[in-house]
Amino acid sequence: MGITFRKETFRDDFTFKNSPEHIRRFPFPFNEDAYMYAVNIEPHVVGPKGSVLENLIDVDEHYFAEMQDRALVLAEDPLRCQSLPHMTLAGWDLLELLMEQQALGYPEHFTLERDGDRWRWINRPLGIDDTFTFGDTSTLPYGPMEYITRQSQGDFCILDQRDGNLWMDAGMVTTQADWSLDFDIGMNFFEWHAPVPLAHEKGIFTRALKFLTNIQQGKPARRLNWTMTINPRLDTSPENYHKWGPDRATVTPENVGDKVHLRVELQSFWRLPRSNGIVFPIRCYLIKMDELVTQPKWARRLHRVIRDLPEELATYKGLTRYRPTLVEWLSKLDDGSPTSPGFGPD
Amino acid sequence: MAAKTIISRPIYGTLSPQPGKHHLFIADAEGAVAITDMAGKAPSGFFGSAEIVFIPGPEGKHIAALEALKPAQLHVAPSFASLLPRLRQTLTNAHMGLRLYLAGTEGLIGQAMQAALEAGIDHTSMQTEQRGSLARRMQCVHCKGITENVTTQPATCAHCGLLLLVRDHYSRRLAAFQGVCINAEDRSEIPPMEEAFP
Repeated sequence: MGITFRKETFRDDFTFKNSPEHIRRFPFPFNEDAYMYAVNIEPHVVGPKGSVLENLIDVDEHYFAEMQDRALVLAEDPLRCQSLPHMTLAGWDLLELLMEQQALGYPEHFTLERDGDRWRWINRPLGIDDTFTFGDTSTLPYGPMEYITRQSQGDFCILDQRDGNLWMDAGMVTTQADWSLDFDIGMNFFEWHAPVPLAHEKGIFTRALKFLTNIQQGKPARRLNWTMTINPRLDTSPENYHKWGPDRATVTPENVGDKVHLRVELQSFWRLPRSNGIVFPIRCYLIKMDELVTQPKWARRLHRVIRDLPEELATYKGLTRYRPTLVEWLSKLDDGSPTSPGFGPD
Repeated sequence: MAAKTIISRPIYGTLSPQPGKHHLFIADAEGAVAITDMAGKAPSGFFGSAEIVFIPGPEGKHIAALEALKPAQLHVAPSFASLLPRLRQTLTNAHMGLRLYLAGTEGLIGQAMQAALEAGIDHTSMQTEQRGSLARRMQCVHCKGITENVTTQPATCAHCGLLLLVRDHYSRRLAAFQGVCINAEDRSEIPPMEEAFP
């Protein structure tokens, strides 16, 4: 039995929704009633069946629609996918990783056949059946990174490791929370994180870099990050901020449940075998408030987190304009009773 | 007022003579003074293996002071754009032992560094000193157009016309600060425009 892929949109009429099973598996990012930055990195190992960690590269019911949305973004703005000249080998590394993981986790949807350098890749949801020579870019319709990331959910940054630092030297970034690959490409770890408030002073990035530069092949790591988005819009890029920014002024007490979405990024970090680069998939999960509050524990906890969020973080995450409306709406679902430890619903 | 800054914002130093076989100086306007100030600390004969490329700007000052240093070559250019083909040629043909010194406005330092990066020179090996105008070179994140000599906050994009917040976030690859629409959420909010980078 395979996944039933939803036909839905992340723009215009915004028909995106989660099925009841997908609400239960949503990667809720708060394990207590408050939030502050931490180096919350842990080994990326397989988790419980039915969770987003059932496979290390998760494919879900939104796969087909997300790939359609990515194609639309790239047609409008090809600069969302860039790779500096020395990053082609890392692109092949990524192609191998994603083909292997998707074929392993979802054999009914993806098949990888290998005969030496001669590879055959079948992607049934997207109707692709390609045979190519691994390592020979002329045998694919795109560069290896672009080819495979047009067929994989989430954004992907490929980091080159040199001089004790990580350099953002390639990426496919169409579902980002307000940062620009075109601007940040070529920057090192500290430079591309420069605009993040509070975390530098806490030494977060120094410790995170130390951890990431020591990641070993076959031992990926992960962390969760979060923000909020008005309407289920994947492309909240700075490039298009003047188009989606006005959405933030449309939140009213009546439409909070439908318009306001929690946006969670499952970020994972993998050492690449040939290039010694690191690939950093940033997988975005969206859930509207009406869906989230079907789990009473999540409703209570989200109320407390958003209400008590430090002002600087609220500003950085762009919540300022609608936070009071959201907190008021959530407060009606918080009777003050304690929440159980851990991320999951009760 | 000490401005709060961020890590991607470039920090400039003070030019100092480096060991090397050849010395390439690229400067505009008041950047010439950074070179003449440095000359006092340079060993004798230092400028005999130096080329100075200078963009005097509208005021046209400092050329005589640079001539007095008796560099092996002094090239005066009317603009950075006019200088670029020659600079790329120089950098392409450069050998090990070339040292780069960039002095003047941030726009000049940034664009000269960009050309040097493209030639494979590591940015940390370049000497830089900011002098003169604090005007910024800005990329509009929306239309990707570059606006030169931005002195106000916010600033209007010279290409698409959006009103942009000039951030401290800086890209060496683009030699530009990032400009992001300041009133994207409500276009009727027009914050006052102040002279921020004189």
